[in-house]
Amino acid sequence: MAAHSAVLSASKIINPFWVGRLGNTAKVFGTTLISHRNKTSLTGENIPPPAKYGGRHTVTLIPGDGIGPELLNHVREVFRFTCVPVDFEVVNVNSALETDDDMNNAITAIRRNGVALKGNIETKHTLPASVKSRNNVLRTSLDLYANVMHCQSLPGVQTRHKNIDIMIIRENTEGEYSSLEHESVSGVVESLKIITRNNSLRIADYAFKLARERGRRRVTAVHKANIMKLGDGLFLQCCREVASGYPEITFDSMIVDNTTMQLVSKPQQFDVMVMPNLYGNVVSNVCAGLVGGPGLVPGANYGHVYAVFETATRNTGKSIAEKNIANPTAMLLASCLMLDHLKLNDYASVIRNAVLTTMNETRLHTADLGGQGTTLEVVQSVMRVIQSKGQFTAEL
Amino acid sequence: MVLYRVLSSSPNKPANALQSTLLNMQETIREPMVQDPTQFDVLVMPNLYGDILSDLCAGLIGGLGVTPSGNIGANGVAIFESVHGTAPDIAGKDLANPTALLLSAVMMLRHMGLHGHAKKIETACFDTIRDRKVLTKDLGGNSKCSEFTEAICQRMKDMD
Repeated sequence: MAAHSAVLSASKIINPFWVGRLGNTAKVFGTTLISHRNKTSLTGENIPPPAKYGGRHTVTLIPGDGIGPELLNHVREVFRFTCVPVDFEVVNVNSALETDDDMNNAITAIRRNGVALKGNIETKHTLPASVKSRNNVLRTSLDLYANVMHCQSLPGVQTRHKNIDIMIIRENTEGEYSSLEHESVSGVVESLKIITRNNSLRIADYAFKLARERGRRRVTAVHKANIMKLGDGLFLQCCREVASGYPEITFDSMIVDNTTMQLVSKPQQFDVMVMPNLYGNVVSNVCAGLVGGPGLVPGANYGHVYAVFETATRNTGKSIAEKNIANPTAMLLASCLMLDHLKLNDYASVIRNAVLTTMNETRLHTADLGGQGTTLEVVQSVMRVIQSKGQFTAEL
Repeated sequence: MVLYRVLSSSPNKPANALQSTLLNMQETIREPMVQDPTQFDVLVMPNLYGDILSDLCAGLIGGLGVTPSGNIGANGVAIFESVHGTAPDIAGKDLANPTALLLSAVMMLRHMGLHGHAKKIETACFDTIRDRKVLTKDLGGNSKCSEFTEAICQRMKDMD
């Protein structure tokens, strides 16, 4: 408490030159502190104050496996260059270990900082089935119930279908990813798919709120309720209930197999899509393929309290790790989403515009886009564009 | 949860060298299938993924109007069917595209060992479509179902 008031008074005597430079930081800092003090989340837990001190945010960074570490290093380099007021607390998770200590450290760090940027943590198939997917554990422990992916055709990337602009909202904590399986009889495995009214209402509400905020016209629920009458039937019913509260938004539903067929033939018909976990996995991967591949699309996982940003298709990219050929676009755009979340919108815009400008240069396209550019070339181009826009930067 | 990708032998390898690869759903669906489906040959998978992937692939090759299928059971019991809907709006009007059902029948003939007949009908069907002179509405043409069928039959007569 004393520290907080000390910093508040310090911000008042900050050199006016720096106040101008930092914009509204002092004001924002003050308001944020007050609004978060003693705030409780819906589940009754106390939300800690944001990890922001002296105008700088602290964000947890989980390098993960495969291409994660190198791409996140590039993100840090771009942030350093652009003088973004974010400090990273790096937490390593060793995917080969069977114990949960690493994951617990990571989760605690995210609880502490509220926001994280991560690479994918490999789920080794050789570990026993009792060891759950680490990424999944992270999402469920922090209740990051909404996975949001915005799939847009990029002007500089040649694809079969153009003018795609789809928002995919995927339920992130239950469904087929509940990790509840058993083998009561040898050779016969039963997997439980869990659909709950609460989580379905929650995700539908998130989808409609987001649609309203962004001025989107249509929300499509993707399901297989003709077969899974109770499970997906419940999900669909919850979506309908929530839809009735948003009369300006058209709601319809589509069966998942038809959805994938429509996506590969006429993707322009979709606007906002909401669905349970597994269908979300499938649909988001198909959409990523439609706009140019996994190297281009960022993803975000939101809960009521925490937010974790990563690439949309969550691939480890083991085969291309450390070869300087991975596409850094997805991770850079994910870091921009994170900056937007931290209300550092100006920095987000600068970096995002630089990335999209670089994408227009076909000769800088990496291998996944059919080019021969290296990761480093792309990153350096991004930094050059940022510098050329007159942004205050560190040395190249 | 996993897909086996079986690659047919390439010209440089001996004829009986089959490769199989374990792919998880993510690697299959995203980039490869949507961006370069030609790398796949035979895919085997559990029920739900099959449902999703088969419709996805149908979308890639022109839709359910041209996609045949078969359901094979033990002891050679099998049912072959087209997987498109009943289309009540165009039923009885001589407008439907018979390709899906016809190619399903071709699959049935192969299953019964009548490869010669199967090959003949399939070739005639593909040639008629490739020719683009007599096509039903869903494929961008103006012809009736009976005209399309007649064209295929004519081709088969010419083959003899």
